[in-house]
Amino acid sequence: MKVLVIVPAFNEEKNISGVIADLRTNFPAGDVLVVDDGSCDGTAAAAKAFGVPVLKLSYNLGIGGAIQAGLSYALREGYGPAIQFDGDGQHRAEEIPKMLAAYQNGADLVIGTRFLHEGDYASSLQRTIGRKILSFIVSVLIGKKITDCTSGFRIYGKKAIELFSEYYPEDYPEVEAIILAHKKRLSMKEVSVRMRPRSGGRSSINTPRAAYYMIKVILAVLIGLLRG
Amino acid sequence: MDVIQIIAMAFSGTIFLVIIELIRRNYLKERYSLIWLAASIVLMVFSVWRNLLHLIARILGVYYPPSVLFLLALGFLIVLLLHFSSIISSLSDKNRRLAQEIGILKLRLSALEERTGLPASKKQKKRA
Repeated sequence: MKVLVIVPAFNEEKNISGVIADLRTNFPAGDVLVVDDGSCDGTAAAAKAFGVPVLKLSYNLGIGGAIQAGLSYALREGYGPAIQFDGDGQHRAEEIPKMLAAYQNGADLVIGTRFLHEGDYASSLQRTIGRKILSFIVSVLIGKKITDCTSGFRIYGKKAIELFSEYYPEDYPEVEAIILAHKKRLSMKEVSVRMRPRSGGRSSINTPRAAYYMIKVILAVLIGLLRG
Repeated sequence: MDVIQIIAMAFSGTIFLVIIELIRRNYLKERYSLIWLAASIVLMVFSVWRNLLHLIARILGVYYPPSVLFLLALGFLIVLLLHFSSIISSLSDKNRRLAQEIGILKLRLSALEERTGLPASKKQKKRA
């Protein structure tokens, strides 16, 4: 089993070294690929200093484009499964084996979720409400309970790699990807993981964008259902 | 036939010829030019057959016939903009795939150069 850990990073100069060190220590079995999504700081150089291959995108494609690039690379280099692991230090490498076990028990897409057993993940009220609404909509639509549909901590099995390297949603893609996976009859599993609060850098979603986010995602989810 | 009709016919005929010429010189791709050709033909028809406008106005129950022109122009612009939006979407999609492909190729190339120590990489390093 060749495991690729895809680390999407956009201007994560401060965090990327810590993320790679974490992966090297706590999940040495996986090959690491940093996808530098058009950063204008030293993200790529910091990753190369570890001897990690860096897939440098010429300009910023957004998280969806970066993940798709990583998955295309995984497909071409014969990797399977591929793990999506954020470059900002929120995800913990020590949680990977737990998720990998779920993958090996037969799942095409494993989602590392923060909320299955009320963990230590603190979140604002606004986010909690937004997350519950999304989770409710998605769960009703696909007829399967998904607690944390915006989590970016995921394992893609070979089927999912093939599907998503062909088409992966742009612009807040996590929720749409779940719908797509459901339509294509991929099996999904959620695994409870602990995450760190964000250290350096800013989240891609701030208050003014939250409304746009919700509308865009709900629209995308509904359109996704209409697609064949 | 009065002056305004001659001007209208000359104008719409010129537009039609300009579009044909643009396509001939490859400045305009056929698939993007169809909508313009259709529009210029409609213009020509209206300038030759002036009563058509009044006929349509009567059928649609439009009190002031020239406003049918505005209606048609508006409809045309909406279709055109929609057409552009769909072209932009498909272009941005292709663009994204290209950027990903280039990134993957660059990575594989640099890995290959490192492994084989090809002179190409050495030269590049010196230049940089």
